[in-house]
Formats: sequence, structure tokens, C-alpha cells
Amino acid sequence: MNAIAANRRHPAAAYVVLLLALVSVGALYAALATPSRAATAIGSSTQVDQGKSLFAEGCSSCHGLNAQGSGVGPSLIGVGAAAVDFQVGTGRMPLAQQGAQAVRKASIYSDTERAALAAYVASLAPGPEIPSASMVDAANADLARGGELFRTNCAQCHNFAGRGGALTNGKMAPSLMNATPTQIYEAMITGPESMPKFGDGTMPVQDKQDIINYVHNLQNSPNQGGAALGRLGPVTEGLILWTVGLGLLIAAAAWIGAKAR
Amino acid sequence: MSAIVDGIDSTIGYADDRLSSAGFLKRNLKKVFPDHWSFMLGEIALYSFIILLISGVYLTLFFKPSMTEVVYNGSYTILKGVKMSEAFASTLNISFDVRGGLLMRQIHHWAALFFIASISVHMCRVFFTGAFRKPRELNWVVGTLLLITGILEGFAGYSLPDDLLSGTGLRIAEGIVQATPILGTYVSFLLFGGPFPGNDFIARLYTVHVLLVPGLILALITAHLMMVWYQKHTQFPGPGRTEKNVVGYPLMPVYMAKAGGFFFVVFGITTLLSALVTINPVWMYGPYVPDQVTAGSQPDFYIGWLDGAVRLMPNWEINLWHHYTLSLNIMIPAMIIPGLLFTGIALFPWLESWVTGDKRVHHILDRPRNAPTRTALGVGTIAFYGMLWLSGGNDIIATTFTIPFNTITWVLRFAIFIVPPLAFIVTRRFCVSLQRRDHDKLLHGRETGRILRHPSGEFTEIHASISDAERAVIMSKQDIIPIASPLASDAHGVRNPAGVIGRVRAGLSRFYYGPNIALPTAAELEAAATHLEHEAHSAVPVIEREARLEVTGGGGVLRDPGPDGQSGHNH
Repeated sequence: MNAIAANRRHPAAAYVVLLLALVSVGALYAALATPSRAATAIGSSTQVDQGKSLFAEGCSSCHGLNAQGSGVGPSLIGVGAAAVDFQVGTGRMPLAQQGAQAVRKASIYSDTERAALAAYVASLAPGPEIPSASMVDAANADLARGGELFRTNCAQCHNFAGRGGALTNGKMAPSLMNATPTQIYEAMITGPESMPKFGDGTMPVQDKQDIINYVHNLQNSPNQGGAALGRLGPVTEGLILWTVGLGLLIAAAAWIGAKAR
Repeated sequence: MSAIVDGIDSTIGYADDRLSSAGFLKRNLKKVFPDHWSFMLGEIALYSFIILLISGVYLTLFFKPSMTEVVYNGSYTILKGVKMSEAFASTLNISFDVRGGLLMRQIHHWAALFFIASISVHMCRVFFTGAFRKPRELNWVVGTLLLITGILEGFAGYSLPDDLLSGTGLRIAEGIVQATPILGTYVSFLLFGGPFPGNDFIARLYTVHVLLVPGLILALITAHLMMVWYQKHTQFPGPGRTEKNVVGYPLMPVYMAKAGGFFFVVFGITTLLSALVTINPVWMYGPYVPDQVTAGSQPDFYIGWLDGAVRLMPNWEINLWHHYTLSLNIMIPAMIIPGLLFTGIALFPWLESWVTGDKRVHHILDRPRNAPTRTALGVGTIAFYGMLWLSGGNDIIATTFTIPFNTITWVLRFAIFIVPPLAFIVTRRFCVSLQRRDHDKLLHGRETGRILRHPSGEFTEIHASISDAERAVIMSKQDIIPIASPLASDAHGVRNPAGVIGRVRAGLSRFYYGPNIALPTAAELEAAATHLEHEAHSAVPVIEREARLEVTGGGGVLRDPGPDGQSGHNH
């Protein structure tokens, strides 16, 4: 006690007290706060075990043996089952190679294996769950409102028709043409890569369903004006004009000019 | 030809019986136009403008240039219930509820792109053949003005539907206006009637788009065509073509049929493209809301290079006394670069004639190779424009070819300074090589591909003289004499006050004409002709023998039947 009393006016004393206070509050919070959602998210123990061994095989070289992360991959503690389902389901994980952007490709895991991986990661710490079928159901969605929400929140990166767009330094917002309703929902709640997170506080479930419905519509809508040129805007239109359009006109001019000889 | 003349006479006779117009018609219907496919590029622009007028009138019947907010309730269900301006709602209405409306919109938009693209290509033709030279300098300026007004008109039309893309474009235009030093903010408030976007702008732009600029374009086109008519069309060099005649076909009926037919071809191709390929799907973009934007927001191609210049420019700003901002990041790419480029284009005829000292009247066109420096300047400018184009589409290039966006920007920031000069040097070198080849053809004839073996064992290739038509084309190259440098001082040692500018001009003139290869002299040509004749003479036995050869063995064996038709070989 004397040693503490002797050092109570030491310049670092205030910081030590602050640190002790923060640690104790944190410890109290961890002890008292109930992980309500985590309890339901954790699958059966055999599924978790299967997921753990799959994880050790396919994921741990980057994310660490206990998913704690490493120099080349982030920690997965607390990312939730939704993030795993999205990243593995769209084939982005495991990565083919390190790079600015993980690209969509065929998934190497079966649905059962994916579920096991998700269950294992969810068992580590609570996080966003895989949305249920009813959550992504667009039966009550408002298409026009979905369009407005899409143009306000999504189009600036994913383009007006969901065809994707460029971001800085080789990153990009991918095309949404192959995204399933569940994957769109998961992307919104987990915010993969450069994408911001749209939690239920900022974007209610109904809004998400409207957006999912609109994207579904973009994937299937007819091209009222003829060939859509990738729905990329005036760049492809200009390309067609200078190649096909002007090419045809100049060929016609050459034909008319040549006939006279 | 006599049938043609009869045709003209009967037409003139018919009109004269009723209008006493024989003199006028005789003079004008028999007017001769030279024939070349590249002379029809300007026609594409003219016909596109006619298509624009026709389709535009149809669109005005249904378009409502109003910023009044309405709730859409038309047949495009995806936007049903969405608040939008009346301008956008009426554009949707044209696209989905007016009979033929979408086709008309697409014809109007494709024709607008054709209009400006064909003006650009036509201008390249005029530039590279030197058709802008005296006496046609003023018509070149009218053409440049047509390009500029065409771009303005196109941008105005692109902005009218008030969709998300056009609103974004207008927002950028507002930024460019605001970047004007001192006046920017005031002019912006004046244009938009307050802060952007306001409620006035679409209605104002509509008047500009359907009345003001089209009227201006129509007046300029009239002046353009009247000058062509009065000054007569230029022609490419060829046998019988001089600075004093025009070789071609009369307006009636040959040229009229061709030009009239070509109008329908242009209209047909425009309609075909419009029926098959979407352009500006405004219903996909949605209505303009200032807090929304789409990835890949691009203008139409004719603004694309300016957008590209803005994208390429580093973010430089000068802030004076924390009160006045000089936005170099916008001013340089969006005002100074187009200002310099268009001024340079408009004044080029005078700049060139000042440098070359060429004040002659030209009706015979230059072959691009015979003006290497001009051709190289043109290609260099096209390369510059091309770099800006690439920059304008940098995000689409980034996603399509998975090249990082920033890499493209940095590569182009260097390429914009490196590629145009490189294009200049390569083009000039190409032109000079082509001139050398022409020179060779005059002196040594063309290579026939026939090899002659002399009794001494020597092999030579037989050359034949080129055709008269080709000779006339090559010989059309005009003599060129670079301007001499003025004396720095006269015999008494008095300094020449015009010396400095004169020396600069002489230096530029040498640079302009420097690499040209002079035509052979008359003596050289005569010697070449004699030599070629001799060579042709020595080749006669070979050619005669070749004519006797029989091909046997499936083309693998040549058999010589011998001089008297008997077989010369006894195997």
C-alpha cells in the first residue's frame, strides 16, 4: 500500500487509473451483457466441429488457426454466419490470389460444408446471421420505392443498372447480375470489402426487401429500346456509333462514290 | 453523256415554259461536282441535321419542358408513384405511351451523334487534303463554328429529359460555369435562376435547344453551302484536272440522284440503328435527384474528351486571401484546353499560310503525304483527343479490362504529353517515305515482278512506267520554297526591325517544309523515260517466251514448246 501511496503523484498515475477503469468496465460488460443472438446462431456441436476442421484446412493459412487473423487476412471473430455464407457462397473465399479485390467465382464448398463453416465462425462470437427465407422474400416489396432506394444508396458504385463500377486502386463494385436475394441481403448487413454496412437501424428490413426486389427486376427486365450495350451508358453507345454506325455510312458513301467510275 | 445533257435540257425546258428560269437553271443544274467518296462525309452531317429536324419536331409535340413536380402514373410500372419533373415524366410518356415515340427518341439521339461524328470526320478530310486553303478559309471557320454549335446543341438536348444522367451532366456544367474567375457564381445564378438546379433551367434550355441554336446552325449551314456553291468544290489531282476546271458530274441528274439516294441511305441506317440498339435509356436512369448519382456517369462522346480532361487534371486550386478560389482543376481542362484547341483549329488556315508564305489559290487538293508537317499535326491532334477520350471512359476501361483506375489516370497523365509528339514524328516520317516512293516510281517505274537473267548471269527486275493517271497524281505535288530568313541588318549595318519575327517565321517555314522530297527535274524524268524504254525493249524476248509457255503437271511444270511450236525438250 505504501508503494502505491508513494507513487500516486507519478506523471503516469492518471493513465494507469484510466486504464484500470476501462479494463474493469469492459470486463463487467463482457460478464453481464447476454449474447442473445449468438445463442441461436450456434449450430449443433458436430456441425461446428466439421466447420472447424474445414476452416483449419482451407482458411486458417490466412485467417489464423483460431480465426484470430494474421498479416494477410483479417480476424473473423464476430463477422457472423452471414459474412461466411456471402464470401464462401459467392466463391470470393478462399481467395485465388491476394489482390485489390476478391472476385466472384464458382464456390469450392458444398452447401453443407458452407453451413458448417458458417456455424463454426458464428460459434466464435456473435455476429450477423444468415437471413431466413422470409426475410429476403420480396412478396410485399414496393418496386418503385426499391428503385429510389437503389439509386440513392447503391447506384453510385454499382451503376444505375447494377452492372458494377470502378473504385480506387483496382477495387471495384461488382456487377449484381448474378447475386441471389440472400447474397444481396448478406452484403448489406455485413459490408464486404469496400461496401458500407447497412444495418437495420440505417436501412430497415422492408427497405432491404424493396432493394432486393428492384435488383431482381434489373436482372430480368426486358430491353425496351433494343440491344442494351451492357447498360453501361454513353461509352458503349459512342463505341457502337464510331464503329458500326459511321462504318456503315462510310461504306455506303464509298459504294456510291465507286459506282460512278 | 448525251442522254444526261438531254435530261437536263428537258427539265430546264419544262421549268422555263412556266417560270422563265432557263438562265438560272441552266447555269446551276449543270454545275459540276467532282466525285469522291470522302466528299460525301459532309453530306452525312447535312442529312443527319435534316433527320434531327424531322424527329425533333415530332418530339416537341409531346415533350413538356417543365420542372413542375408530378407523380408519375404512366405505363412504365417500375417508376409508378415516383415524384419527378414534368420534363422527365413527359420523356417517359414519349418512350412508353406515344406511338413510335421511343423509336423517334432513339432516332433523334443517334442522329445527333451522327451529326457531330460526321462533322468531325468531314473536318479531318478537309484538313488533311488542305481544302481549307485560300480561297476557302472563311468556310473552314464556318465549319468550326458548326462543330461548336453542334456540340452545344447536343449537350442541351442530352440535358433536357431531366434524368439522373443528364442532371449529373448539368451539375458538372454548373461547376464549370462557377470555375470562371470572378463572374462564375453570378453567371451560374443567372443561368439557373438561383441555386442549382432551380425551377427555371429546363424551360430556358428548351428554348435554346429548339429555337436559338438550331436557328444558328441552319444559318451557318446555309452560309457553308452557299460558299461551296459559289467557290465550287475542290477536287483531287488527276489527269486533266487543273486549278481552273472542275472534273465531275453535273448536278442534274447524276449528282442529284446520288445525293438524294444517299440521304435515304443515311436515314435508313439511322433508323435501323435506332430500331435495334438502345440509346440513353432514361427510364433506367430514373429522375434526377441532386443527392443521387450513378457509377459510370459519362456524357455523350462529343463531350467525352472534355470530361476526360477534367478527370486527368490534378486537383490544383489557388486560394487568394481565403476569399477567392481560382479553380485551376476545372479551368484548365474545361475552359483553357477547349478554348485553345478550337481557336487553333479556326485560325489554322491563316497560321499555315503565314508559316508557308503560300498565298496562292488552291482548288486541287493536297495529297496528305505531300504536306507531311500538316498531316503530322493533324494526327498528333487526333492522338491528343484520343488520349482525352480514353480518360473520359477510364472507369469503364478499369472494370472491363480490370486495370486499376489510378493506373489508367497516371499512364494517361504522361501519355497526353508523350503520345501526340510521337504520333507527329511517326506520321511525318511515314509521309516522307511515301514521297520517296513516289519519287522512285517516277524515275524507275513500277516493279513488275519479272526477273530477267542476262547472258552474263546478272539478274535484274523489269520495271515498267506507271500509268498516266498515276503520273498525273504524283506530279500534282507543288513546288515549295521555304521562306528565306530576312537579313539581320542591311548593307549599311542598320538593324532590320522585322528581323526577329522574320527569322522565327523562316525557321517555322523550314520546319514545315524541311523533310519534303522535291519532284525530279525535267532532265531526270527524260533520262528515266529513256532508260525505262530501253529496259522494256530488252524485256520483249522474255515476255514473248513467257506467252508461249505451257503449264503442265498441275501447274508445277512450265514447258517451253520451242520457237516454232515444236517441243523444245526431248526427255
